[in-house]
Formats: sequence, C-alpha cells, structure tokens
Amino acid sequence: MNLPSALPVSKSSAPSGSALLNSADAARVDALIDAHRDMPGALLPLLHAVQQALGHVPGAAVPAIAQGLGLSRAEVHGVITYYHFFRQAPAGRHVVQVCRAEACQACGGEALLAQAEQLLGCASHSTRSDGAVTLEPVYCLGLCASSPALQINHKLHARVTPQRLASLVAELEGL
Amino acid sequence: MDQPLTLQLFVPRDSAALAVGADEVAAALQAAASAHGMVLHPGSACATPTAATLVRNGSRGLFWLEPMVEVATPAGRVAYGPVAPEDVAQLWPVLLAEAEGRIPGTPGEPGSPGQPAPHRLRLGVTEQIPYLVLQERLTFARIGISDPLSLDDYAALGGWAGLRAALQAAPAALLHEVTHSGLRGRGGAAFPAGIKWQTVAGASAAQKYVVCNADEGDSGTFADRMVMEGDPYMLIEGMAIAGLAVGASQGYVYIRSEYPDAVAVMREAIDRAQADGWLGDDIQHSGRSFALQVRMAAGAYVCGEETAMLESIEGKRGVVRAKPPLPALAGLFGLPTVINNVLTFAAVPLILANGGQFYRNYGVGRSHGTLPFQLAGNIRHGGLVEKAFGVTLRELVYGFGGGTRSGRAVKAVQVGGPLGAYVPEPLWDIPLDYEAYAAHGLVVGHGGLVVHDDSADMARLARYAMEFCALESCGKCTPCRIGSTRGVEVIDRIVGAAKPAAAAGAPAVVQQAQRVQQLKQVTLLRDLCDTMLHGSLCAMGGMTPYPVLSALNHYPQDFGLAAAGSPTPTGTAPAAATT
Repeated sequence: MNLPSALPVSKSSAPSGSALLNSADAARVDALIDAHRDMPGALLPLLHAVQQALGHVPGAAVPAIAQGLGLSRAEVHGVITYYHFFRQAPAGRHVVQVCRAEACQACGGEALLAQAEQLLGCASHSTRSDGAVTLEPVYCLGLCASSPALQINHKLHARVTPQRLASLVAELEGL
Repeated sequence: MDQPLTLQLFVPRDSAALAVGADEVAAALQAAASAHGMVLHPGSACATPTAATLVRNGSRGLFWLEPMVEVATPAGRVAYGPVAPEDVAQLWPVLLAEAEGRIPGTPGEPGSPGQPAPHRLRLGVTEQIPYLVLQERLTFARIGISDPLSLDDYAALGGWAGLRAALQAAPAALLHEVTHSGLRGRGGAAFPAGIKWQTVAGASAAQKYVVCNADEGDSGTFADRMVMEGDPYMLIEGMAIAGLAVGASQGYVYIRSEYPDAVAVMREAIDRAQADGWLGDDIQHSGRSFALQVRMAAGAYVCGEETAMLESIEGKRGVVRAKPPLPALAGLFGLPTVINNVLTFAAVPLILANGGQFYRNYGVGRSHGTLPFQLAGNIRHGGLVEKAFGVTLRELVYGFGGGTRSGRAVKAVQVGGPLGAYVPEPLWDIPLDYEAYAAHGLVVGHGGLVVHDDSADMARLARYAMEFCALESCGKCTPCRIGSTRGVEVIDRIVGAAKPAAAAGAPAVVQQAQRVQQLKQVTLLRDLCDTMLHGSLCAMGGMTPYPVLSALNHYPQDFGLAAAGSPTPTGTAPAAATT
C-alpha cells in the first residue's frame, strides 16, 4: 500500500551497533526500494530482492527500507525476524539444508542431519566459525516421495544415502 | 534411414526428477547423441518433430522410477527408468531401435528367439504402466506428458477450453457450474468452492482479488508443486475463470520460497500467457481482464493459513486474523477475495470445459471429483495417485505403494499433513471421503500420506508435532503459542516417567507412584489438547492435537503406557476440525 511517508525516520539514525552499509550496497538498496515503492504489499518482495542482491538483509538497510515504504523500523524489523527465510547475517560460502519433516524422518532424515553436522563440523542452525558452511534444518523441500531430501547451494538431492551425503560433502570446495 | 532424425526423447524437469539426476541424464543423452553425430534439439511434446528432439516434460509422478526417460515409438511413448547418467551409453542404441519400433516385449519376459531380452530398465509403454492405468487423472491428465511451458502443447491437450467457455458465459453460469460440480477446497478445509465464490461475487467493491494459496508447507505433499512445475497454464486458467466468475481483475499466487523452480516456472508461464493474450487487459479480445502476479513466501509455515497468507502478501508478519470478517468479504487489502488452493483452481478448467456434472460424477457421498493423493515417506512406490474419493488407505499404501520401502511392516500412516491424525491398521479400510474420515476423528486434508514403518517411535512423533507447532505458531492465540510448548514438556514427562518405572529393582510402591504420576500427565495432555482444539484461532493450534492424540490413543505402548485399559481408538479422538 502507498502509505504516506510521514514518519520522521531519518536515514542516518541507524540503530546503534549496526554497521553502516558501504556506499555501493546502499546504492543497490536504494535502487531496489525505488523499484518496489509503488507495489502493493511491497515489503516481502523488496526484502527478497535485497537478500538476493546482498546475500542477507543487513540491519543497516532497515532504516532506508522503512522510510522508503513509509513503515516504522520496528515493522520492518518485525517482518525480517518473523520469516525463517530472511537472513540478518551473511550465510556461509556453502549452504546445506537438510529436510526434517515427517516424510524424511520416516526414511532416516534425522540420522542424515546428524551425519551432516559431523561431516561439516557445524551444528545445525549455525554457520561454521570460518564461514565455510551454514547448516540448516528445513521443513519440507516437497520431495516427500523421494525421501530423505536435502539441498546444497540451491541444488536439490533426493533419496540421499549416507554414502551419497559423504560424497556430496567431499565435492564442496574449501571445506 | 530417416528414422533417427525424428527421434523424440523425454526427460522430466520436475524438481523431484532433478533431485535424482534428471539434468545429468539429459546431458548424458546429449553427449551420446553428439558421439553419434546427432544433435538433440529442444522441443515440445505435441509438435511432430522434424529433427531429433529432447523434450523436458513434467513428471508422471512415479518417483521411484525417476529419472524416467521416455522415447516416442510407433506404439506410443515407452519408458525407461530409473536411468542413471552412466546407463545412457548402453541405452542409446536401445532408444534408437525403440524409436523405430524394433524393440518388442516387456521386462521379465525373455526375448523371442533371435531377439535379446528387453533392457533391464524398460518399463514398457508408459500409459500401460499399471500405476498409471489404475488412476483417474483429471487434474493430472497432462502432467508428465507435455512440456509445461509450451503453449502449443497446452492448447493441443485441451488447454484453454474452460476459459474459452467462461468467456462466453455470464458470471452466474460460471458460479452455477462450479457449485454444481461439488468441488470443495483441496487445501484441507474442504469448503465448497462454489459457495465461497458466490459470496465474493455478491460483495460489491471497486476491486476484488483472487489469491492462490501455493504455500504447500505440509510434509507429504507435492501435488501443488507438480501442478505449478508441470502444468502452470492450468492454474492460470483456473484463476482467470475465478476472476471472471466473481468480478476480480487481479490475482496473486503465493508460492513458498522452498519451491524456487515452481516460482520460476509460474513467472515464465504468466509472462507467456500474457503475451499470448490469455491474461491481461483484453483476454482473447473479450474485453475482460485479469492480471496475475507471483508472490514468494518467506518460510513461515503458518502462512499456509489463509488469513496469515493475506497478511504476508500485504507485507506484514504472517499473523492469523480473527474471523469474521470472512476473507470473501474483507480479504486482501480489506477487499473481497477468493482464496483457494492450487488443486482447487486447477480443477476448474475441466469443470468449465466438460460441465459441472462431469466432475460431480466422480467420488462418493458429498466428496465429489478426484483427489490427487500423494504417497510419501517410507513407501516403496511413492508418487502421485489421482483417484476419485472413496478409495481406501489400504489400496493406496499396498495396492499402489507396495508397502514400505524398508520392507518392514507399516506401523502408521499420517494422512492430511503434519496436522493430520496417524491412522492405525484397523482404520485402513474406511473410504477416503471427507465425511467418513471426520466420523472417525480423522482428516483427509489435502490427500498427503506419510507412511511410517514399525521402527517409528510414535511418542517421538507426537512430541515433534508439538515442537513444530511451538516453532511455527504465529503467536497470536494462547492455546497454540503456549500450549504447544507445554505439550512438549508434558510428553517428555510421560515418556520420562515410564523409564524409571520399568527399571528393575524399584520397590513396588515406587513403581506404583510413578505410574500414578504418569497417568496424571496423560490426563493433563488430553486436557491441553482439548484446549488447543477448541480454543485456537486457526488449524495450526487447533489441529496439532490430531497427530498427538492419535499417537497416544493408538500407540500407547510407545509412550510407556500399558495398551490394556487405554481409551478406545476413536472414543477420545477430536470430533471436528477447526476451519
């Protein structure tokens, strides 16, 4: 909705503790705001676009997004933190997502997640300290007739055996 | 030898095929072709090929056979699968011979004298595979056959017939056909689609909306994804008909972010349909208009609930709205809105093309038409089985599914997604029909079946249901937000109490006291489920008790409870779903 941007939100009043965007990223965010400003219900499409461009939605982008769409910073922050998909920090260089929905659980999905934690040296829901990999459980990749399933860097894999997971992990560079 | 020139091969592009290597198989076929001095051109399914082509079709939904390579032959398309990239070199001459009609026989049959036995991956003529022959594919009639994005394929296989008819008809006639068909919401709530549409049509507003709920977040479901990836124009057509029927000129498809392939195919299909005059300001020069946009969700399960989805499309946190007002009257941006699931809209073109009575003739009781059942989890032949209502779980799990993939006994089948009940063996012969299932405290939902073998720990799955609800609750209502967390704790106490009680050596009086404590916790869990069932705003909290109580009632031994003296299977099951 095209809400009036009457809220006295200043771009410069970034929340304390959050780093400022560098000028190139700030320009990209501003361009994306302009491209989405007139769309009804623009916030989710804009956040998707920002995450696509920058890899995550930095806290420092929130004031500009809020002002651009005529929202409060709290509203924007609330949306970013509500949805699992939006990242507030960059992901690792590789992202491994293991499905732990019921259909995959029925075919050893839990053991696969435990194996992934061990092989990657990374607890689930976290990014390894060297930034090489992020491991996330996900709820349903829609491959429930071919369980267990996982996704590595946007590529789906189904009917994954422990051997297959080991070879997929071995193929990842820089681990 | 001009036959090889008309070689027409098919490798699915459905993400479940891609996830087991379909792209690698397609690349291997290209490599084999070029090694033989040929090039495989991209092509569609229905055009007569003038050169060797490789069609990227949707999936037939026989996922244990993916990647399934098909080749056009004089006898029809013949399937091979599951094909690994390393099989292709050996398969290549077989496919060429097949295209020329030189390969007789089916697997298992010895070749006739002088003929080699058929290739071990040969499945025979695709449309004669029993798994497909025994289905009643109405919604899935084209899926797996056509190139999903080919407008020529779509039109050649009956596409746009419903929308053409709708453009000639008055809105009242469209509403009548959809109402008469008996079509009910396929997302799980099973509300009559025609009634909902009439409510929106009767509302007066300058702008109305049509919203497709494609936030298919339930485990064990993939039919929506297959429709979007495999026959996107059918969904577009169904939504456009809805727009004409209710007077809405703008539609949204809300697709989950976990389905990037479906998002990409839908976006491309919308662009192509628009360019071809099937969407936009003047559909096929009729003067009627309907525009469509994809909105990508962001990984919140509860946004599959219709009002949370509206909030999300509006750019807010996906928090459930209290009803009334009904979304049909005050929906997206506060305006009248038709909201249906992918499969509901997808059924509409056929209803308009063949008439409501045609669709109504399928099914039993008040459950008319067909439901695309999704056989998932620990099942040998997992896939998509579209059948008229009235089929039984036993037919689906054993007849089609072939039992478990692990080879062990089936312990439980969860029907209707993570908020559906676990159905034990004595109830597998109830016809799958909304009312018959509800009478037993079960839900058909969207027809997703997740099979568990006898190694499943039902107490653990019940705990998982509560844990999932706690994680995904939008937080608006207390029974769901708090009840789910308390539910995890209570289940832990029930299971925990069983362990010391079973320990050898504990004095009888201690064991007795522990059993009393445990039964108190069971009472508490039932009470909690009762509160969630009746006090939650939406199905998230309101239906989490279904898997929990069904596990407790039918598999008490998994909770460390004695089976004897446990409640009757259906006596304490929840009586009715929330909306």
